[in-house]
Amino acid sequence: MFGVFDQRRAGRTLLNVSPNRWDWALLPLLLAVLVAIAFGATQMSRPFVVGEATSITLDPVYLPYYLLRTVLRMFTALAFSLLFSFAFAAIAAKYRAAEKIMIPSLDILQSVPILGFQAIAIAPFIALFPGNLLGVECAAIFAIFTSQAWNMAFSLYQSIRTVPEELNEASQVFRLSSWQRFWRLELPYAMPGLLWNMMMSMSGGWFFLVAAEAVSVAGQDIKLPGIGAYIAVAIEAENGTAIAWAIGAMLAGILVYDQLFFRPLLAWADKFRFEESQGDTAQRSWLLDWGRRSHLIRMLSDRFWAMLRLALGWYVKSNADTGARKRSRFSSPVWARLWYGLLAAAFLLAIYELVVFVHSDVGLEEVLHVVMLGMITLIRVLLLIALASLIWVPVAVWIGLRPQYAQRVQAIAQFLAAFPVNLLFPLVVYLLVTFRLNPTIWLSPLMVFGTQWYILFNVVAGASTISNELRLATGNLGLKGWLKWKRVYLPAIFPSYITGAITASGGSWNASIVAEYVTWGNTTLMAEGLGSYIKQMTDAGDFHRIALGIGVMCIFVMLLNRFFWRRLYLLAENRS
Amino acid sequence: MKRNVLIELNNVAKTFPTADGALRTVLEDVNFALAEGEIVALLGKSGSGKSTLLRILAGLIPADRGNAVYRGQEIDAPVTGIAMVFQSFALFPWLTVQQNVELGLEAQGVAPDIREERADAMLEMIGLSGFGGALPRELSGGMRQRVGIARALVVDPDVLLMDEAFSALDVLTGETLRDDILELWDSDRVPTKGILIVSHNIEEAVMMADRIIILSSNPGRIRNEVQINLPRPRKVESIEVRRLIDEVYGLMTMRPAPEAAAGAAPAANLGYRLPDTDISLIEGVLELLADAPFHGRADLPKLSEESELPDDKLFPTFEALGLLGLAHAEKGDLSLTPVGRRYVQAEQALRQELFGQQLLAHVPLSAHIRQSLEQEPSGGLPEKPFLDLLEEYLKADEAKRVLGVAVEWGRYGEVYEYDYHTGRLTLPADEDNRQA
Repeated sequence: MFGVFDQRRAGRTLLNVSPNRWDWALLPLLLAVLVAIAFGATQMSRPFVVGEATSITLDPVYLPYYLLRTVLRMFTALAFSLLFSFAFAAIAAKYRAAEKIMIPSLDILQSVPILGFQAIAIAPFIALFPGNLLGVECAAIFAIFTSQAWNMAFSLYQSIRTVPEELNEASQVFRLSSWQRFWRLELPYAMPGLLWNMMMSMSGGWFFLVAAEAVSVAGQDIKLPGIGAYIAVAIEAENGTAIAWAIGAMLAGILVYDQLFFRPLLAWADKFRFEESQGDTAQRSWLLDWGRRSHLIRMLSDRFWAMLRLALGWYVKSNADTGARKRSRFSSPVWARLWYGLLAAAFLLAIYELVVFVHSDVGLEEVLHVVMLGMITLIRVLLLIALASLIWVPVAVWIGLRPQYAQRVQAIAQFLAAFPVNLLFPLVVYLLVTFRLNPTIWLSPLMVFGTQWYILFNVVAGASTISNELRLATGNLGLKGWLKWKRVYLPAIFPSYITGAITASGGSWNASIVAEYVTWGNTTLMAEGLGSYIKQMTDAGDFHRIALGIGVMCIFVMLLNRFFWRRLYLLAENRS
Repeated sequence: MKRNVLIELNNVAKTFPTADGALRTVLEDVNFALAEGEIVALLGKSGSGKSTLLRILAGLIPADRGNAVYRGQEIDAPVTGIAMVFQSFALFPWLTVQQNVELGLEAQGVAPDIREERADAMLEMIGLSGFGGALPRELSGGMRQRVGIARALVVDPDVLLMDEAFSALDVLTGETLRDDILELWDSDRVPTKGILIVSHNIEEAVMMADRIIILSSNPGRIRNEVQINLPRPRKVESIEVRRLIDEVYGLMTMRPAPEAAAGAAPAANLGYRLPDTDISLIEGVLELLADAPFHGRADLPKLSEESELPDDKLFPTFEALGLLGLAHAEKGDLSLTPVGRRYVQAEQALRQELFGQQLLAHVPLSAHIRQSLEQEPSGGLPEKPFLDLLEEYLKADEAKRVLGVAVEWGRYGEVYEYDYHTGRLTLPADEDNRQA
């Protein structure tokens, strides 16, 4: 089954491989993908002057092209996210001193909304490529990157830290170098979790696509050709049909890259599952099966892996050294103390800067006002998570107990989580205006629109692991109704529910920026809250207040995580 | 130095910090040498530090005092000449058998074609040819450990360390694998010059080793050494082997000399490591001992055979029986005490009452818990102070385990109860009714 990577076949050469029917089937597909990538890539680098209008047509004929550009952008961002994750996790897991700052900073970065990064990064990127669209392109890719990278890095770091002790010892006894260790032990072990997070990241990328592609800089609008910009233009033009087309295109795009990229990858990564989780059903992919049957592809992949294996020899522990343990002088208490002293100094400096900033630039009153707005958004997030839980937990348990549906839910939920909330604006504006509803209350559901699915599919996953025996025993004991829920189902799904709710809560904060401030043509509906404050200040280009809003949001998210979710999580871990 | 010493330990001590910052000594003053051409087995109960000792030799953890030396050079990191076989195989599940075996060579930077050649030869030698392309998960336990052994031997190590290498396998598979290794060793088909086995299986040690070293527990010290001069292959049923097994059993169950001299009861201190066994096992062995063919007195190896339990399950059970005064071990024999006899004949309710009585009389920790609870007006206390108390003697996780055993036994003997969710210990609720 894993014959593709058996190096004994690596001896075959290109000449004596005769193509079989799988080769003929795969060839056009391969060429088409290559041509599309090449075309999209050449379009990225074009002359551009700041102030020039970039035109986006709402004609659906252009949609495939926009889709190509968007998907290309997202995959570029994904590639950078992956590189970032490798570097981040390798460093954080290896150096304790670095870990002390890196992990908390990741926590902060994760809670900074995408608009925050964009506000900072856009100008330098444009300055980097003067007179070329590539600068704006890079800014957009960077914005997408910031919505993808953090959870991937964290997952990889987490996995590296939890590599099973015996494998760890084996790699030491057989003297693998750090380089070999990473590729042979740490990355493979982390692979399933990393892949899962890559898929989540792609969904996250879609969710903020409009913000990433419709860049606002120095009061001007630059719209990069892509689905996000298409949606933005459709909203400005109040064009409902175009919105429908965009939804269709997005669905098609997700389907295509899921089939051509993630499915084969998942099926291939099946071998990296560590043994305990062997019970899961194996993923299948028609593309991977084709590839494995095709002579040409197999030969190429053999070559590829053989080459990679050579790369493993790059850094080898030298044979001569019997290994004088490198006791780093940085591990001595003096250095450690110095390091902490430095950190403390930096921290105090930051506090001082903050006080000066608040005092001179925005004023205490403004800060209190923003904190109040934060409270409103906090209440909104908590209420809506509770509401979504009440609705989705019973549904999810019902689905989870029926394996034939449970498998499909993952795919559907992944699409729904990717669904940019902007696409709902026409519907929402229509409803609110027609029935004269209060936006402060009725815009709230938009916040959990994209994030409630995390609750759904985590609980589905949890419920589907309830053992058959437990269910039979429940029936046998005659447990029914509420008692059955209280004693069996709810305790069984509690840990996975908490995991889902944490993700949903984090996402909702970010989503509040889009969800509390809704526009459709000339109609603007606004709900009082921190999200709408940040959005307004971004539109106004007031950097100090953007920073203030984002800072307050970070603090709220982190406090909520520390003092609420983390406790629940520990509780859930203890009981499971 | 006597005849070519491969590895040696000089006055090695190792301590681990406990939760409250105090140090617990795992190994103390250990001197040991493995000479060329020798197979040495290291026997000891769990917690005797034998795995720690092996890891110091492998260069995985540093010794706190003394040093470990390989061919005259101090070991302070894993060395090329020392390879290790792991208890749970430690194969990389995403690599094929071939790639797993090549791992050590790859790390040494051996060229791919030579690597493949050597791995192929090793796989053939160990009986795995044809399995090169398989993933470890497709193999049975015995086959997986063959891969583990091939991976260790392919780097042509001077010294092979085996950490309970057969204990995760069923008995028959373990024996076959053991015999295969001995055959390789005795026919000089591997360049390995010395083997160190860590085990808790006495028969395994007697069948394989030229020398058995017995470690005492807490702290781990070398207590006895048994030289075995029988030629290999040895037969389990031969008289010499049986006699040796008996002798080692006796040495293993013997109380350490200093304690016996002081005349102190074995569990005289609160921090005694209550053995890791469960009550059904205690009662099962007790009943086995009382019934035919033993009728209350049994030769330990025979009892072990009859019970069909591995030594690492059986030893803690013997210890528990001795501790509770239900049976006592002497020179390789186990015999029922009068209380033990009453216990076996009793009904369930009486059994639990007897258990409770013995517990209070012989296990200071349980007696202490019970007393503390009785002094408490509410009849309840959190577990924390007891854990803290234990952590003065033991590592944090060990303290937790010991308290867990005390809780299980106390529940069974109806001496006290424990609420998992609140972590509180209480006196049994129906105490008054029972006494009335």
